[in-house]
Amino acid sequence: MSVLVDQNTRVVVQGITGREGTFHARGCREYGTKIVAGVTPGRGGSVHEEVPVFDTVKEAVERTGADVSLIFVPPAAAADAILEAADAGIRLAVCITEGIPAADMVTVNAALGEGRMRLIGPNCPGIISPGKSKIGIMPGYIHRPGPVGVISRSGTLTYEAVAQLTGRGIGQSTCIGIGGDPIIGTTFVDALRLFKDDPETRAIMLIGEIGGGAEEEAARYAARDLGKPMVAFVAGQTAPPGKRMGHAGAIIAGGHGTAAEKMAVLKECGVRVLHSPAEIGEAVEAALKEGPRAGGAGRRG
Amino acid sequence: MKIHEYQAKQILKRFAIEVPKGDAAFSPKEAFAIASRLGGRSVLKAQIHAGGRGKGGGVKIAADAAEAERLAQQMIGMSLVTPQTGSQGRKVRRLLVEETVPIAREIYLGVTLDRARSVPVVMASAQGGMEIEEVARRDPQAIRIEPVDPLVGFRPFQARRIAFALGLAGEQAAGAARLMQSLVLAYRETDASLAEINPLVLTSSGTLVALDAKMTFDDSALYRHPEIRELRDPDEEDPLEVEASAHALNYIKLRGNVGCMVNGAGLAMATMDIIKLVGGQPANFLDVGGGATSEQIASAFKILMADRSVKGVLINIFGGILRGDILAHGLVEAIRQVEVRVPVVVRLEGTNVEEGRRILRESGLDFTLADGMLDAAKKVVALAGSR
Repeated sequence: MSVLVDQNTRVVVQGITGREGTFHARGCREYGTKIVAGVTPGRGGSVHEEVPVFDTVKEAVERTGADVSLIFVPPAAAADAILEAADAGIRLAVCITEGIPAADMVTVNAALGEGRMRLIGPNCPGIISPGKSKIGIMPGYIHRPGPVGVISRSGTLTYEAVAQLTGRGIGQSTCIGIGGDPIIGTTFVDALRLFKDDPETRAIMLIGEIGGGAEEEAARYAARDLGKPMVAFVAGQTAPPGKRMGHAGAIIAGGHGTAAEKMAVLKECGVRVLHSPAEIGEAVEAALKEGPRAGGAGRRG
Repeated sequence: MKIHEYQAKQILKRFAIEVPKGDAAFSPKEAFAIASRLGGRSVLKAQIHAGGRGKGGGVKIAADAAEAERLAQQMIGMSLVTPQTGSQGRKVRRLLVEETVPIAREIYLGVTLDRARSVPVVMASAQGGMEIEEVARRDPQAIRIEPVDPLVGFRPFQARRIAFALGLAGEQAAGAARLMQSLVLAYRETDASLAEINPLVLTSSGTLVALDAKMTFDDSALYRHPEIRELRDPDEEDPLEVEASAHALNYIKLRGNVGCMVNGAGLAMATMDIIKLVGGQPANFLDVGGGATSEQIASAFKILMADRSVKGVLINIFGGILRGDILAHGLVEAIRQVEVRVPVVVRLEGTNVEEGRRILRESGLDFTLADGMLDAAKKVVALAGSR
């Protein structure tokens, strides 16, 4: 099984006629994802690389039954695109766009509230359930179906982790890139809740980085509720304070959000914490052998 | 993006927050002129993008305009070392010259983004003048926090609640509540990521004055604030970082001798981490982006070579969707344009990676190829260390 997306998922691509949208919609289709519609305001009625284009998401949903949206809209218009997807009855929006103002995302999260649409991202590689559906910009071929749920704030570092897993013959149930921005839709804990309920997911690989407190929250959830082994790597052990490390959200502010602090809490909560990114494959293999645990991730003592 | 104190105060003033009278001086003569206008007695504050200036001799009081000129003479051009600048300090190029304010009480007031709650928050503490992080460590109960609802805004009752918690009463409580509303407005209207008044001073005559101010802004929102983008002071940034940002590269200079070039921020941090883990020290963080075109790689390489402390370079590219052969061609082309004076270790992963490695091997350039991150880190650290 997998979480959130599978072979039946029907995807509309917002911003499909742009350079990124065109390129990655093609990549998703080649992987086998059902790309059923595209949206570019003003280009409705046309067909772009065999995909029908609509002026509005609402129309795309009504005409094609799309339930998930993949968003490549430029930063200034991206918040509006997310809200348009929610308004159209989309169940899951995956926003790839990097550089959306934080204030716009604050408004989006408040407007989405407890509504029915889930948001993944922004500033993320997307989501993939190997062998079933790829909704994002990740290279599909490095993945294979299997028992590991992967959640990450990063892009290429996630590919690195997945490649290590696949290289050892370990597949993935679903890989979710939650995004590198300070304000995002789906959090680590949200993703862990999904993996907890997925019977095929037997272990979790979490890839965090400096900034904020999302890893600590994930650690506490793992200790309390997850019931499955979790391995974690936190990037930025050597990052200096006060500097933004590429991602808008990757910053140690006021001495808070360091890798050391996160790693300590994860460890305390029974999570297998790695110091080296080269040990991911090996550690997850060991965690799978260890099998499920009663209650949490196994706070010992 | 960071700005100077005097620029932050100019913004706060636009939002009806009272700040001390004063102006920025770029020379002792200007300091003299400003101090004269203020009636002589004045405070001179070094303007650098780092806190703790008072401790390093960056804040001085002049009794008259002549003394202001004399002090400015000493301060402009000095290398100011504070707990936040590192041991080499920061060169002072501008001063804020302003009136002195009779202080009855000092308060902390700030607005920032609470990532966990996904909303801005107003923070206040009666312990003005102390860094809020310090208060949070010593006495978290002393910090009063109210969230700003993105849909309904910061409510007057929340402002009053903070004002009363700070022990203010009557007209002063009402004034503080109004000031908080103004600060939230300034934060929101400018897409700030931090708007901080520390200390906010209750003067002996009972008015509220922002004695010090700090604002930082969301880089992603600068496109809609050209007036704020203009406040950027490149003198406050590392010259190589300025150069990198002109090429849309994420570069941060560090202290070590192993230069690294990586596609993607997370992988770039992980690469620094593994260099450290095998006994080396990363010279920088450098993310050439998920795409990594040959032009970007070339400009990135020039920046790495401009750092004279770099004794070896690790290029770690996870190709992903980009094909390994295309990446290798880009790399070879880029490096031919640059004078390479140190060993270069390349770790390449992705589709067609075998073809990519063949291109690198046959390029005639002196690359050391590596298999995986650990091998790459070990190789580059050994090569850099032997020089």
